[in-house]
Amino acid sequence: MDHECARLLPAVCAVLADPRQPVADDTCLEKLLDWFKTVTEAESSLLLLQENPCLVELLSHVPNLQDVSSGVLSFSLRLAGIFAAQEDCFQYLQQVELLPGLFGAAGPLGQAVWAIPTVRSGWIQGLRSLAQHPSALCFLADHGAVDTIFSLQGDASLFVASAAGQLLVHILALSMEGRAEGHTCPQGGDWPMCAQKIVGHIEESLCSTDTPRVTQALNVLTTTFGRCQSLWTEVLWEQLSPLVARLLERDPVPAPHPLMDLLLCVARSPVLSSLDRGPWETAAQALSCLGPTQAGALALGVLKLQLCPQALRTQAFGVLLQPLACVLKATAQAPGLPGLLDGTSEDPAVVDALLSSKSSCAGLLCRTLAHLEELQPLPQRPSPWPQAPLLRAAVTILCLCDGSAAPSSSVGGRLCGTLAGCVRVQRAALDFLGTLSQGTGPQEQVTQVFAILLECLERPDSSPTVLKKAFQATLRWLLSSAGTPSCSGLGPRAALFLPELFPVLQKRLCNPCWEVRDSALEFLTHLSRHWGGQADFRHLLLQSEVPELTRQLLQDPESYVRASAVTAMGELSSRGLHGTLTNPEHPEAQQSLLPEFLHILSADSEGFPRRAVMQVFTEWLRGGHADVARDTERFVATVLQVVSQDLDWEVRAQGLELALVFLGQMLGQPGPHCPYTVALPKAVPASPLAEALGALCRVRLFEFAFRALFDCDRPVAQKSCDLLLFLRDKTTPYSSLWEAGGSPDSASVEAALQRWQAGEQGQPLGDLEPEAMLAALRSIDLEGLRGTLAQGSDHVEKSPQSLLRDMLATVGVLQENQADCY
Amino acid sequence: MKLYCLSGHPTLPCNVLKFKSTTIMLDCGLDMTSTLNFLPLPLVQSPRLTNLPGWSLKDGSAFLDKELKECSGHVFVDSVPEFCLPETELIDLSTVDVILISNYHCMMALPYITEHTGFTGTVYATEPTVQIGRLLMEELVNFIERVPKAQSASLWKNKDIQRLLPSPLKDAVEVSTWRRCYTMQEVNSALSKIQLVGYSQKIELFGAVQVTPLSSGYALGSSNWIIQSHYEKVSYVSGSSLLTTHPQPMDQASLKNSDVLVLTGLTQIPTANPDGMVGEFCSNLALTVRNGGNVLVPCYPSGVIYDLLECLYQYIDSAGLSSVPLYFISPVANSSLEFSQIFAEWYVSVFLYEFCLIQDIQAVRTKIICLFLTPEEANCNRLLQPLWERVWVRVCCACEDSRTEHEGAVSLNWPQTPYLIQTNKLKHYPSIHGDFSNDFRQPCVVFTGHPSLRFGDVVHFMELWGKSSLNTVIFTEPDFSYLEALAPYQPLAMKCIYCPIDTRLNFIQVSKLLKEVQPLHVVCPEQYTQPPPAQSHRTDLVIDCQPPATSYRRAEVLTLPFKRRYEKIEIMPELADSLVPMEIKPGISLATVSAVLHTKDNKHVLQPPPRPTPPPSGKKRKRVSDDVPDCKAVKPLLSGSIPVEQFVQTLEKHGFSDIKVEDTAKGHIVLLQEAETLIQIEEDSTHIICDNDEMLRVRLRDLVLKFLQKF
Repeated sequence: MDHECARLLPAVCAVLADPRQPVADDTCLEKLLDWFKTVTEAESSLLLLQENPCLVELLSHVPNLQDVSSGVLSFSLRLAGIFAAQEDCFQYLQQVELLPGLFGAAGPLGQAVWAIPTVRSGWIQGLRSLAQHPSALCFLADHGAVDTIFSLQGDASLFVASAAGQLLVHILALSMEGRAEGHTCPQGGDWPMCAQKIVGHIEESLCSTDTPRVTQALNVLTTTFGRCQSLWTEVLWEQLSPLVARLLERDPVPAPHPLMDLLLCVARSPVLSSLDRGPWETAAQALSCLGPTQAGALALGVLKLQLCPQALRTQAFGVLLQPLACVLKATAQAPGLPGLLDGTSEDPAVVDALLSSKSSCAGLLCRTLAHLEELQPLPQRPSPWPQAPLLRAAVTILCLCDGSAAPSSSVGGRLCGTLAGCVRVQRAALDFLGTLSQGTGPQEQVTQVFAILLECLERPDSSPTVLKKAFQATLRWLLSSAGTPSCSGLGPRAALFLPELFPVLQKRLCNPCWEVRDSALEFLTHLSRHWGGQADFRHLLLQSEVPELTRQLLQDPESYVRASAVTAMGELSSRGLHGTLTNPEHPEAQQSLLPEFLHILSADSEGFPRRAVMQVFTEWLRGGHADVARDTERFVATVLQVVSQDLDWEVRAQGLELALVFLGQMLGQPGPHCPYTVALPKAVPASPLAEALGALCRVRLFEFAFRALFDCDRPVAQKSCDLLLFLRDKTTPYSSLWEAGGSPDSASVEAALQRWQAGEQGQPLGDLEPEAMLAALRSIDLEGLRGTLAQGSDHVEKSPQSLLRDMLATVGVLQENQADCY
Repeated sequence: MKLYCLSGHPTLPCNVLKFKSTTIMLDCGLDMTSTLNFLPLPLVQSPRLTNLPGWSLKDGSAFLDKELKECSGHVFVDSVPEFCLPETELIDLSTVDVILISNYHCMMALPYITEHTGFTGTVYATEPTVQIGRLLMEELVNFIERVPKAQSASLWKNKDIQRLLPSPLKDAVEVSTWRRCYTMQEVNSALSKIQLVGYSQKIELFGAVQVTPLSSGYALGSSNWIIQSHYEKVSYVSGSSLLTTHPQPMDQASLKNSDVLVLTGLTQIPTANPDGMVGEFCSNLALTVRNGGNVLVPCYPSGVIYDLLECLYQYIDSAGLSSVPLYFISPVANSSLEFSQIFAEWYVSVFLYEFCLIQDIQAVRTKIICLFLTPEEANCNRLLQPLWERVWVRVCCACEDSRTEHEGAVSLNWPQTPYLIQTNKLKHYPSIHGDFSNDFRQPCVVFTGHPSLRFGDVVHFMELWGKSSLNTVIFTEPDFSYLEALAPYQPLAMKCIYCPIDTRLNFIQVSKLLKEVQPLHVVCPEQYTQPPPAQSHRTDLVIDCQPPATSYRRAEVLTLPFKRRYEKIEIMPELADSLVPMEIKPGISLATVSAVLHTKDNKHVLQPPPRPTPPPSGKKRKRVSDDVPDCKAVKPLLSGSIPVEQFVQTLEKHGFSDIKVEDTAKGHIVLLQEAETLIQIEEDSTHIICDNDEMLRVRLRDLVLKFLQKF
């Protein structure tokens, strides 16, 4: 602790110990604790207390105060815990008999303040910090703290209850520490008293008929097994697993979710899963006992395990597939098609959940679909993967949702009535269908998939969110059906589908609902990004009205749509697809979009379209777009000039990105971004460099970057700093050629920079020579600036001194106010 | 209580309710789908229609070829279109006391009923209903009368001939009762019988029942009705909507505690939601116009057209179609638009009045008119915005079920049509003749009637634009099958889009409504008790309630499943004064009343009996009213029950022996074997059966009476 802090500390302690001077802001107490934690990590706590007697005074004084605030009391408990974490300091605090007054029966425990959750929470956290050494265990035992923790497990405050559970886990682990270092582990009966007590409590709770108690016990076990991999945990599991298994025999099964968490946690533990009495049997039992709505999550957990008995995996997959199997069975049109889980009997509970109510049906199906979606891309997913029946199930569910399915069975009929118009299930099914595009399917099934997707996209009733999902799924199927990305053709499927898709897309681009227009534009952007170079696609697109409609949407009243339209038009334009072609041989005959985009950049009132324009411009510059390549310098100059005035920092940052691309093209690519990679400076020949620097001056890139360096938004300044550093590195090898220091120009630049730094807008620099710019560049301490910018904006205010001063100042202000009153 | 079902059309109902000596007709809908069997009436001579070949029977006989024409495989009657009236034979319609109208679509058969059946009663409807109903009738009469057709076909209606015709003519019901359209004179006469009512106004019918219109939220002035007596309540729910296209929300609370709820007028397109359809409408319109094509929207002159115009107002600018002209052609276009402005203003003032608690409605009205007349739209929007936000909050509260579901519809509330007219974007004409031909510019959007495509200016546009695939006809009215409507125009190159917009209740909303309102019995058209024929698997598309709804079909008479049990009778104060109630059970007191019951105008009053008059002194002629009912001496009334065990003990005390008691289903039999006597004790009677021993009977009777109270 530095001297200044040590000087301020007594006053602060006095303020804290004085109930008449309430601490206005609780967060400063938290900051103070954080600071003490850092200090005790570096120094001896004992020394700290001895050098600052005010601290011991505070800790001994606070519990005896009558009107102490709960915040300060809680703080003192936690602070004492932090100090007592070091054993010598703990002994010292014991000697001065300070700890029983805080954590024993004589402390807040027996007083009225105990009713305040903050105090209970402070007590637990204090003990959590304190319990680091064997002496602490004795202390806990002597003061009956463990019993109190047991009771706090059921505390009304969830934070307190949860912390109590965590503390029990910690104490158990601490008491067992060092006990199981050998290869053999003592059996439960030989365990330390404290551990035996906790385990006994857990056993009792597991047998309790009170569900919250069972939940507490299960949570403690889950945390224990998740944290400790020592041998003693094996013994613990062996001892407790029968009790856990017995929970499954109850009806209904208590605390199914914590139980599932425990089983999965045990199954994931390499130590426990290899035991004879591993979790497998219990997990299998749980899969068959739990209701369909709960068992799904367990099944997914089981299937995600790396190592697991095959029989259990099969069972889990069966559970997961059951709801879809029911749907398929209920709606089967033609017998003979392989279903899911053929040959197994239908679980009546699943049928029940599907038919009992709309919400239960939708909930079960959505969960099942989400679980399968999560499983599908994993390497450990079950094999063989029933791709065909799953595809059929997804398509069937979508048919049920849009009312087009006509099942003959009574269960199917009821499902149809329940699911008709259910947007939630529709969205889940479309997501799942999209995921299934990663696999293959029989031809006629793929045809069905495209048919149902088209149906979804076409239906006037489809809600905007469903449409968005339908567009996403369609894109995935289109891309997967086309085969490899390098594949030159569209693939026969897409070639058939696209002519039907474009009229739908046209209609959606005219939809009065902006979300729909937006999703349609996004879809178009992705589509042209993948297939813009493909002749059939180009032909179809240019024959349709899609490019014209998209262009129209640049004037949409909704800013998100305008932004998406800019992105889409930018993409189309990059590929010469932005207008209806009169002569397909000459794509350049299409009207240029550049003036329109520049207009948006300078005039649009919303940030999104302007950001989108900047992204498109950057891409265009990078890709050498014809409109840009015609006069790159003029393009960059115009854009930078417009952007420098923009109020949106993201637009300005994007402007720097564009400047960087331009720099790269002029001077060579910037090195890799990783700061640990040593990049050899790539020399640029001197004469082209002169030319390049001239260009940079002409487009006023220096001025733009220098201004950005002092931008009020840190990300912009940082980006500019990086850009200028890159520029300086590129030009350093030739610095001797540019010895122009002291010229009047460079002086004026430096003066301007100082004004900008001071926050003045000032005049533009005007036309200046590269020499002046380079001189100015060298004159700035870019490294220093980068360091400053990398620090948080509150780094000055974060120091402990300022914290202590602030606390005192607040009290001072309070006193002044009091003085004013009287 | 009986319900006579005169119409089989679920959304164009016509039912007669007999309830407590009143005869009430509920709605007066006219089924116009019959006109689909006729050839269109062109405004301008159409060579195509004129030259259609006559139809001949299979055997080659062509005697019908003047009456029936064939077009693309369909056969049409070449005559003035005729309408299918409600049943007129099921009940003597001259006995109908009142007709209650729920919305302007459900009054189109009114002239047929009021002018040709001997009807002498009153018709009740709200003001907007009557005004807009008049416009619809006027337009219909105008459409038909301005194209006089010499020919009237009747041969085909002959039952023996009709059998030989192809479908759908063969299957048309009761063609002999089909009638030509009424005249304007009949319309005026019918409308003169209407008495205007306001929402929640109570109307007494002969003192027997009270009828009250409630807001139904479907159209301007649309209402549901409550018909109630002191102890019974019948609710009549016709076209209703929870979507807030019209700012007056549906009054659901007043429908609670009904004994019977007659439910008609649900959405005709239960699988389509109105918002999606409006979206579809706009997209297709934009795509067509962009390509240089014209859009034809066959519609009624009021109703959905306003929702579409409101929506288009917001849409056309954003879609870059501001320069495209919108034409509204109808003989009543001008009046209709005037009404839309009046009612928009009326609604705003009603809202201000209701929600802002401004008492001086006239001042508010003036202010609103000023706002509406301000040429600067933006200014106007800004001023009204806070008001509409408050309205919006109210609307949200009224329809708690789903905020998003209503959001789209609510945005339509903003009355934009006046601006459309002011800014010349919407132009209106009485017909295609005259000014319209000078102003006409293409591509354009035309709103015109009639949605059946059989008469009105729409026929001309179908003929004009049908040949080009650039043009589109968009069907928004759900009343007619669009395929049947298009049949006489085949082959057709023009694109056809079907986006029916029907904001009436769907089945989900109905089941919610019924759960909340909980009527004892629901009565509805049979169509609502089974899934639509084309979607037989959609079991969700039926009315789901407990007990199951009673269904009706055309020409059926239903005895409504509840009995009247009570009637309210007033007691005159002086008679009440004379009563001395006796408490027979805690909380229940009884008194005997001797009085004269007077019944007049369905009101019942108990008056004190006249004092016995002294015997007539003179030989005055007795007047009928002087007849005094005989007042016999009143026997005391008995109450209470006989405890069998105690009764037996009393009998024993009085010397009876050998007593046996048998339990029966209704009570007990006490058997006095010695005396050969039987005492039968039941809940409401006691019989002493003994063999001609009057003394014994009287003795036993007195013992029985000891256990009972007299008063």
